[in-house]
Amino acid sequence: LINFFIPNIHFNMKLLVCVSKTPDTTAKIAFTGGGTEFDTNGVQYIMNPYDEWYALVRAIELKEKEGGSVTIVNVGPAANDAVIRKGLAIGADEAVRINADPKSSMYVAKQIAEYAKQGGFDAVFCGKETIDYNGAEVGAMIAEYLDVPYISFASKLEKEGDKAVIHREIEGGSEAAEVPFPFVVSAAKGLAEQRIPNMRGIMMAKRKPLQVVEPVEAADLATVVQYELPPEKSEVKLVDPENMDELVRLLHEEAKVI
Amino acid sequence: MVLVFAESQKGQFKKAAFEAVTFGKQTADALGTSCVALTLGSSDNAGELGVYGAEKVYTVGDDSLNRFDSQVYTKVIAAAANELGASVVVLSHSSTGKSLLGRLAVRLEAGSVAGVNAVPTVDGGFKVTKSVFSGKAIAQYEIHSNRKVLSLMGNSLQPAAVGAAVSPENLAIEVPASSIQVKSVEVVEGTVPLPEAELVVSAGRGMKGPENWGIVEELAGTLGATTACSRPVADSDWRPHHEHVGQTGVAIRPNLYIAIGISGAIQHLAGVNNSKVIVVVNKDPEAPFFKAADYGVVGDLFDVLPRLNESLKKFKAEA
Ligand SMILES: Cc1cc2nc3c(=O)[nH]c(=O)nc-3n(C[C@H](O)[C@H](O)[C@H](O)COP(=O)(O)OP(=O)(O)OC[C@H]3O[C@@H](n4cnc5c(N)ncnc54)[C@H](O)[C@@H]3O)c2cc1C
Ligand SMILES: Nc1ncnc2c1ncn2[C@@H]1O[C@H](COP(=O)(O)O)[C@@H](O)[C@H]1O
Repeated sequence: LINFFIPNIHFNMKLLVCVSKTPDTTAKIAFTGGGTEFDTNGVQYIMNPYDEWYALVRAIELKEKEGGSVTIVNVGPAANDAVIRKGLAIGADEAVRINADPKSSMYVAKQIAEYAKQGGFDAVFCGKETIDYNGAEVGAMIAEYLDVPYISFASKLEKEGDKAVIHREIEGGSEAAEVPFPFVVSAAKGLAEQRIPNMRGIMMAKRKPLQVVEPVEAADLATVVQYELPPEKSEVKLVDPENMDELVRLLHEEAKVI
Repeated sequence: MVLVFAESQKGQFKKAAFEAVTFGKQTADALGTSCVALTLGSSDNAGELGVYGAEKVYTVGDDSLNRFDSQVYTKVIAAAANELGASVVVLSHSSTGKSLLGRLAVRLEAGSVAGVNAVPTVDGGFKVTKSVFSGKAIAQYEIHSNRKVLSLMGNSLQPAAVGAAVSPENLAIEVPASSIQVKSVEVVEGTVPLPEAELVVSAGRGMKGPENWGIVEELAGTLGATTACSRPVADSDWRPHHEHVGQTGVAIRPNLYIAIGISGAIQHLAGVNNSKVIVVVNKDPEAPFFKAADYGVVGDLFDVLPRLNESLKKFKAEA
């Protein structure tokens, strides 16, 4: 397994960035088919913020510093091409779309891992999680398929010699580790600063290669069978700002949280 | 068998681990099987996991496991699951659990669901629920494979004492060498980490500046609550980044969330709207947060906070 990645001696870094598409944060969430399908009607889609702001930008920064290339990979249908082009406009060199309509994280991870094995990448960047299903699973899965280290929720990543020093978020703090290439990392806030594509980037993106490949066989071991909307919140109970004893009483006697 | 990987912090098992064992026990009951716990590295109170329903507590005590490496941990937990014949593996949905869930799913060829919020139902398929679309919906997943890996969202259930402490047994599993080297670990001492906190006091841009946070900290101190903040507050370095809650920060579900001078933007709500009770203090009666609140105080936080703190102190003294 180890040889699927060919670490380069003179670091011309070959970096793979996994980019997903999610409904805009303000999208109205509704379902059709008796709660079995997400209603895409009128939903605006964006590049998953963690992928765009942090994973992609940090990969581009490393390439700019060390030399090399940044490849975007997305597992999805042709409708995702707009999001992929945006990634190219931000500064990735090339992209590949694995043509499928994935139903599970493992399916996605399997596709990306198979592609990564052929590519000889030094590192695979993911976002911390997608903001729709909040799995935070795909990166870990790719790492296991490739049998390489996985550092989740990276808030800082520097190349130092033939290793990377990566800071990751943990409960109430952070941890720093030295990690040999190749590895998979998931990107959190702090890793980079968002970049807005400029006109030149957008023009160049049109000419950058976007390859479409067919998926490999993979199973869906866990799938959504039913969606529900959460129960409506009841009206807020307003408390007189002069009477905080009353708020304390309510929290104790009614809400029973203190 | 249900195998719960119980996480300790500095060798101590705490609420998140007890919740995971309680969840494992209830899942095992639903499946008509037993629940056991696994601990890695050195710890002090592993036997206590028995109280929450672990029939046995297995330990792989190798010192190298005191440093976390997802690759190594996955191999050890998977080997334990194989040796013990576990059909369900339960993790906490913590930074450690999230680093392991996907890896274990691949290694065990198991279907996985991250951030489960209730005990599975098992008639007519193994089904679990979780919150999706930033709390705007609940999804039910079915896991189709024989083996399953789940991570439990914090504060989804109360740890339930159902048994007695047991003596941990050593499990002989070879621990592979780690290829990463942990250099430093920095954690803020003395407070409950946000994802585990039951009481959270959070403040936003309405505070005007970092110099005003004293009243927030006092209130949190009186309550025994953990402090949090909105994103612009962390972005301006008024508060440390790990306090940032919301869609791009930490997602939490405490019993009580007090939001002070926070407008309640949808991206902020995304990380907090699963809180059981929300109190909003804002001088603007039109602030969107009031729509998501259970209790609201329309007023100037600089007046309201000291008053609330006094009332709480009085309440604590009487209790
Ligand atoms: C993709 C994306 C992701 C984002 N992720 C997050 C996230 O994870 N978390 C997050 O928090 N934000 C996030 N945001 C930002 C979010 O949209 C809001 O801008 C942010 O939450 C506003 O922070 P705030 O409520 O502290 O400040 P403001 O919106 O400025 O609100 C301040 C509030 O304080 C009140 N106030 C002022 N003075 C007083 C006073 N004296 N007494 C009482 N009340 C007072 C005001 O009435 C106002 O309601 C994200 C945005 C985007 C686009
Ligand atoms: N369909 C996809 N195509 C490419 N990358 C993806 C896809 N889905 C998820 N990812 C990557 O995996 C990360 C974690 O996703 P998730 O496990 O779904 O929360 C995302 O931030 C992306 O970087």
